[in-house]
Amino acid sequence: MTENEPLHFHYDVDGNNFTSAGEASVQVKRMLRQMGFHPDLIRRISVAMYEGEINMVIHAKGGDADVYVTPECITVVLKDVGPGIKDVNLAMQEGYSTAPDNIRSLGFGAGMGLPNMKRYSDELKIDSVVGVGTTIEMKFLPA
Amino acid sequence: MTIREMAERLEATVYAEPDQLDIDLKGAFGSDMMSDVLAFADDRDVLLTGLLNSQIVRTAHMLDMSCIIIVRGKKATEEIKTLAVENHIALLETKMTMYEASGRLYEGGLGR
Repeated sequence: MTENEPLHFHYDVDGNNFTSAGEASVQVKRMLRQMGFHPDLIRRISVAMYEGEINMVIHAKGGDADVYVTPECITVVLKDVGPGIKDVNLAMQEGYSTAPDNIRSLGFGAGMGLPNMKRYSDELKIDSVVGVGTTIEMKFLPA
Repeated sequence: MTIREMAERLEATVYAEPDQLDIDLKGAFGSDMMSDVLAFADDRDVLLTGLLNSQIVRTAHMLDMSCIIIVRGKKATEEIKTLAVENHIALLETKMTMYEASGRLYEGGLGR
């Protein structure tokens, strides 16, 4: 691994299957373990990415997950062509959710997804256009 | 508190490998909302939940948790059991409510 050429991993997030939601995060977790990153860093990355994956399944019928790895920084990019986020500031508030009730019965939609992604990442960028889609970029820096 | 002792205190059905029973945990987090678990739980916690789908195992796995206690007499599905085995997560089932199960574990010193 060099700083100039990050390792790139791509995953398709299947939006039609809630049961398999999280599989990309599981694979990323396994890969980062094999690379020998610190468990605390891996936990932060996998939790944040998992929340993102769940969001893509709940709101956007899936999308693309790309992970770029260098020794200095791990970047997770989640891109969907879903409905977009109307008010990003509101969506960042803990407890605010637009998820339907049936999602809450599955254990999500408590309005903690984006706040958790912010909590566990070192940098969070949200680029969202209503009717076009959402791209979320999270950066994680090893301690 | 070891997973073995938790199982005894909760009169629980256990799905785990023998060596998993000796894992010593420091605290607990109880919720049916997985996002709250992801926000607040620690890797040395046991997860108490009444939710019954594969995401309870994924959530525990993401946080490096080693044990899930399913409360209110619910039975783990085959899918949950398989996923738990794959990820080395012990499963306990208890008839107790989350309140009672939490109380018994706290009384036994877990998380104090």
